[in-house]
Amino acid sequence: MTTPFRLAPLGLAAGLLMVAGIASAQDRVSIGMQQEPTVLDPTADATASIDVITAHNIFESLTSVDESGAILPQLAQSWEVSEDGTVYTFTLVEGATFHDGSAFDSADVVFTFERAMGEDSVNPSKGIFGPVARVEAPDPGTVVITLSQPDAFFLFNIAQGDASIVAPETVETNTTNPIGTGPYKFDSWTRGDRLTLTANTDHRAYTEDMIDTVTFRFVADPAAAVAALMTEEIDAFPGMPAPETLEQFKADPRFDVVVGTTEGEVILALNNSKPPFDDIRVRQAVNFALDREAIIDGAYYGYGAPIGSFFPPHHKSYVDLTGVYARDVDKAKALLAEAGVGDLTVTLRLPHFPYAKRSGEIIQSQLAEAGIAVEIENVEWAFWIGEVYRKLNYDMTIIAHTSPNDLGNFARGPDYYYGYDNPEFNALWAEIRAESDPEALDALLKDGQRFVTDEAVHGFLFQLPKLGVYKTGLSGYWASAPVLFAPLKDLRWN
Amino acid sequence: MTLFLLRKLGTLAATLIAVSVIVFAVMNVLPGDPALVMLGLDSTPDAQAALREALGLNAPVHIRYLDWAGAVLQGDFGVSYSFDIPVGDLIAERLPMTLALAFMATLLTVTTALALGVFAAARHGRIADWGVMAISQLGIALPAFWLAILLVILFAVTLRLLPPGGFPGWEDPGAALTALILPTVSLTLVQAAILARVTRSSVLEVMRLDYARTARAKGLSRGAILRRHVLPNALIPIVTIIGLQIANLVTGTIVIENVFYLPGLGRLIFQSIANRDLPTVQALVLFFAAVVVVANFLVDLAYAAIDPRLRTG
Repeated sequence: MTTPFRLAPLGLAAGLLMVAGIASAQDRVSIGMQQEPTVLDPTADATASIDVITAHNIFESLTSVDESGAILPQLAQSWEVSEDGTVYTFTLVEGATFHDGSAFDSADVVFTFERAMGEDSVNPSKGIFGPVARVEAPDPGTVVITLSQPDAFFLFNIAQGDASIVAPETVETNTTNPIGTGPYKFDSWTRGDRLTLTANTDHRAYTEDMIDTVTFRFVADPAAAVAALMTEEIDAFPGMPAPETLEQFKADPRFDVVVGTTEGEVILALNNSKPPFDDIRVRQAVNFALDREAIIDGAYYGYGAPIGSFFPPHHKSYVDLTGVYARDVDKAKALLAEAGVGDLTVTLRLPHFPYAKRSGEIIQSQLAEAGIAVEIENVEWAFWIGEVYRKLNYDMTIIAHTSPNDLGNFARGPDYYYGYDNPEFNALWAEIRAESDPEALDALLKDGQRFVTDEAVHGFLFQLPKLGVYKTGLSGYWASAPVLFAPLKDLRWN
Repeated sequence: MTLFLLRKLGTLAATLIAVSVIVFAVMNVLPGDPALVMLGLDSTPDAQAALREALGLNAPVHIRYLDWAGAVLQGDFGVSYSFDIPVGDLIAERLPMTLALAFMATLLTVTTALALGVFAAARHGRIADWGVMAISQLGIALPAFWLAILLVILFAVTLRLLPPGGFPGWEDPGAALTALILPTVSLTLVQAAILARVTRSSVLEVMRLDYARTARAKGLSRGAILRRHVLPNALIPIVTIIGLQIANLVTGTIVIENVFYLPGLGRLIFQSIANRDLPTVQALVLFFAAVVVVANFLVDLAYAAIDPRLRTG
């Protein structure tokens, strides 16, 4: 940005004012978000922004994860696992308190788990509590959780916002006035505009250099997000919705542009339950017709890594399968002919996400070259959930699966919207879930990736990148998003 | 006059009932289960069922409608599914901003358009007339959201004179009004352009009539003719358009509030439809319908005030 020369005196005055205001500016940060939360209880609603704001900031879980996805202690300071992998004994931290001043102990953990597992539970990830058989509190500082079968992802799963530890006294009002044990306290929320958190000085890990006031600003429109950053109304946009504007921010010394990874695999989902995609040859033909690099360039301006299976490239068990269906239009045509579907017309139902719309048009032209005519239908999100997801009323769709460890989606049976049901894979996934040896788990996860690629269940497109724009001088944020939440406690102004 | 008022009130009630039935039916026929939207793709069927039960979604549609309508008659609009607070509170915290925006936009539209329209008509065929016509043609052609983005780039990003969006709340009225300047202007421009053209042609038409010529013949000045004879008679079509535009301005806030990320009713209806937040959508659609009906009612009253011939009946 150049300042017109005649405005220089004004700029100087503004500069002096800024120097005067620096002490207070260091104490606050405003973060832009596209999606506004609906409620503030991460155990009651799946809206992703609830987790971003509340999980591990307002609330804490027994465990946590770091930016690489590795498990860390949190409200549990340590744990022991029985030989057979079914009994977890957690030792809780001492001296933790909820924001209303009440003490945290093992009774809160038991309450939290029983509430999430209960018959009238509306926990959006109730499934992660599925393997839990019993939760007991032998003393205030210890919790023993017994599983009905070993679960390789248990410690990871209970780090999520869905397993946030809540207190029975305040649970009913957490939707509007969340009370947790975390390093930040809820301050205020002007719906439609902003939500403010303040540092919890009573937190066991509180340090004086933590940023006092964090304000989330809700800006849904990409052009408005750019303007809000350019005018420094907001200091950071960790999930920047406009990849086409990143070059502009890279060229501007006021900003850092940070490109990281997410757990979001973008797929061209094929309805395996009905013709034509119940035939593996047709699914393979679609895969041979796709040019992933062109899709990434067109849909995400080159950000994002191509994937050949349903697995994130940054994971240590990742195998690169992008070469299995390297683009080969002739092969695609041959497979279609072999399957006896010469003139194929299918519909592609696109949800309203920019990555889906942009990928959709490119895929339409790529499939046309292989002789598959694609009719695009743009649908609203609730419609997508109702028709595509619940009723399997679709041929093809494009969607990002943002949950970690979600290879098990292919074992969710014929009613799941993939329409894919393969006893062989179901057995493999059961084996993966129960495996406690890291090396054996690694090998099994690789087998799983190869399995869904060989079956060409879907067209696997690319890993959704995390595009962040931050004001220079801000540090302590996560470049990548291994989970939905994003801790604020390490944010600093340098 | 009493009969007139009663008839209008009857129309209002009938319209609101019809609107509520239609919205209730549409929201129930539209695919998309509120429980699934809230709990997300990884939720288990039993958790979805528990939420549907808690929201009261298992009762038949007509029972739910009657329950809802009965509560509304007692002033209770229910609890928002997604925000988990009373819909009345949700609307009350956002209403002032949207009303202020719509009011300022209406005021600015009417004053600018009348001034420009009469000015152009008075200078019919001259440069000033052509200038106003050209600008208003451009105004009609521009989409409001696009204009809004341009205004933000110019006044917020480049000149740094005004905020790019957001709303600081009413504690500081000066800051609040400053935040509404760009949204008001973006909302106004298209409407003002249309109204200016209508004003101009209506005034021109009346100026060609015999009595205007007679007034000129008896020696009245151009200004006096405009004020005393032309404007009052030219107002009927202008008021009709204003009535339509009030409805446009209120619904126009839906787009503008999104571009300027303002916490108003427009953005709320957008969010609540996407969330299948039935109680909130119902209340908001009723509210917007009421605004349109009331605007039409005010236009009818204005007709009666302007033209004595319309007062009978």
